[in-house]
Amino acid sequence: MGFEKFLFYLFALITLWAAGMVVSRRNPVHAVLFLVLAFVSSAALWILMEAEFLGIVLILVYVGAVMVLFLFVVMMLDVDIAALRAGFIDYLPLGLLIAGIMAIEIFLIVGPANFGLHAFPAPAPAGTDLNNTRELGLLLYTVYVYPVEIASVILLVAIIAAIRLTLRRRPDNKYVDPARQVRVKKGPDRIRLVKMASETPVPVVAPALEKESDE
Amino acid sequence: MPFDAANLVPILPEIAILITASVVLIVDLYLKDQDKGLNHSLSLIGLVIAIALTGAVGGGERQIFFDGNLVRDGISDLLKGAILVVSILAFIYARPWLKDRGMLVGEFYVLGLFAVLGMLVMVSANSFLTLYLGLELQALSLYALVAFDRDSKKGAEAAMKYFVLGALGSGLLLYGISMIYGATGSIELGPVAQAVAAQGIANKVLVFGIVFLVIGIGFKFGAVPFHMWVPDIYEGAPTPAVLFLGSAPKIAAFALAIRMLVEGLPSLHADWQGMLIILAVLSMGLGNLVAIAQTNIKRMLAYSAIGHAGFIFLGLLAGSQQGYAAAMFYAIVYAVMSAGAFGILLILSRKGFDAENLEDLKGLNDRDSWYAAMMTLVMFSMAGVPPTVGFMAKLLVLESVVRIDLVWLALVAVAFSIIGAFYYLRVIKFIYFDRPAPDAPILVTSGGVRIAMTANGLALLALGLFPAALLSLCQAAFAVQ
Repeated sequence: MGFEKFLFYLFALITLWAAGMVVSRRNPVHAVLFLVLAFVSSAALWILMEAEFLGIVLILVYVGAVMVLFLFVVMMLDVDIAALRAGFIDYLPLGLLIAGIMAIEIFLIVGPANFGLHAFPAPAPAGTDLNNTRELGLLLYTVYVYPVEIASVILLVAIIAAIRLTLRRRPDNKYVDPARQVRVKKGPDRIRLVKMASETPVPVVAPALEKESDE
Repeated sequence: MPFDAANLVPILPEIAILITASVVLIVDLYLKDQDKGLNHSLSLIGLVIAIALTGAVGGGERQIFFDGNLVRDGISDLLKGAILVVSILAFIYARPWLKDRGMLVGEFYVLGLFAVLGMLVMVSANSFLTLYLGLELQALSLYALVAFDRDSKKGAEAAMKYFVLGALGSGLLLYGISMIYGATGSIELGPVAQAVAAQGIANKVLVFGIVFLVIGIGFKFGAVPFHMWVPDIYEGAPTPAVLFLGSAPKIAAFALAIRMLVEGLPSLHADWQGMLIILAVLSMGLGNLVAIAQTNIKRMLAYSAIGHAGFIFLGLLAGSQQGYAAAMFYAIVYAVMSAGAFGILLILSRKGFDAENLEDLKGLNDRDSWYAAMMTLVMFSMAGVPPTVGFMAKLLVLESVVRIDLVWLALVAVAFSIIGAFYYLRVIKFIYFDRPAPDAPILVTSGGVRIAMTANGLALLALGLFPAALLSLCQAAFAVQ
């Protein structure tokens, strides 16, 4: 039990420290990297709680996909961090005061008085033959099938909303449509041979007159 | 366990809306620009089918489906019907505005229908998880609708504010739910209520959780002191989006409060009653006082929405069957009034012009006397002037407060509603006693809009004269429990 406890406090401290750094870093790329650290250490906390599947998913989905995308966005967009930080110091004392009061209140409620070991004794560790993923899957697709369906609709709405807000069709751009390229037939589509009478050279007349006739 | 197809029967209205949204999404791909009106027809057909299905599967005993995630009872039947009817009105009013601005595209209907779907899920939720997911579905669609006019800077700013504050509200709500789960070990409303009753009153964790639940509910209602987003979003968002988020979502927010507080935590009534009293008094006060100073009619209606939220809380905090029925009556009536008011603003708008200021209503009577009469009915109803239904709604919530011996609260409410009457009557003064601006053209509207607005305005009058029809439905919804 001793080593597990040590690991818990270690990862909990790393999570808190990393979360603090996310808010206080000047460089947005550093902030994102600290967020990755916070995710990894909270994944470790989940694994300590025997929620292996969730821990792995957190790393695969959030760290592996979402945060990498986020990093790209932060590096691509030149975020004016100075403007965002204006007033950070001004609001800091009031913010710290409120945050401090809230933290104490939350500790009094969530702390050992109400959620201590006497109220919630630690469950016996599950054996190695318990399959976390299987149990979760069974529960999700039986008891929670209705919420899962709603969540899928929420994802659909997110896709539609993102596309609506960003996709613009500009009539003047000169992009190449691969579908039309592929559809070109070998024969008449590529080269068209036109029969025409051979040109006979026209004797050159006065240039001013020719210009007029052109118009 | 085996899946029983009979489980799908109570969610037939939701399924109808989901199918309609998906069909619109796909059909829209193949429509030419001039045929986009088909989306509108399809959406309306879907909503009408959903209303019919709500009626068909509704009625009878309270039943629970999907392992306690879904409930079908009198409350869900009535609120679903009300949400669908108000949404039909909203779609009809929005169409000409969208058409004038080249925004009559499928996405508006898809997002609107998904918002409706989220509200339907909320009103028939029987667990905190389903409630939260329904709320997120509705909120996400509404964020996108607020940002729908991509080229408008004000719209983007409003959407950003709405998104950030809405996410904050959802986060607080979720934190409260996690507390409730920690104290009771369940997220299903029935078992939570039993666990709370078994543990007795003195559980600090539960009260702590309720604080966050009430904050979340306050955010969604736009009640003071969680109202900061309301005026800015009403002003900045395109008017059809405001019409959407200012009408039916109030009904859904009412359902959120009823499911969480009344069904989930009934034995802690004394705790949340105190919090709701504070929210109610502040909302009625600030909403009605600040509305007087507004020159922008959308901002004025935003503060009026804050004031009305306070009145809905009056019925909720009474904690009696009669009070809940009164609050339900008020929420439904408010949604209809709000749809009417924003509908008139959409009618007054035309290509390149948005009716936003009180001055834009000047001389409406000379421009179109029928719409002037309808707007007058809406304003009288919002002010609570008999014989319109707004009077009945206010009377019922006040009665429920007086019945629990909170006479001072009723007096405060009456005082603020008299103050509020000023700015509603000022709108009527603009309509009837001022000349229209010289460049104001004659109002041109389609027959559908005129029929919808007529039905909307006359419904306020008819319900005011014969409130028993809707009221008995509201009372029946709560009497069963």
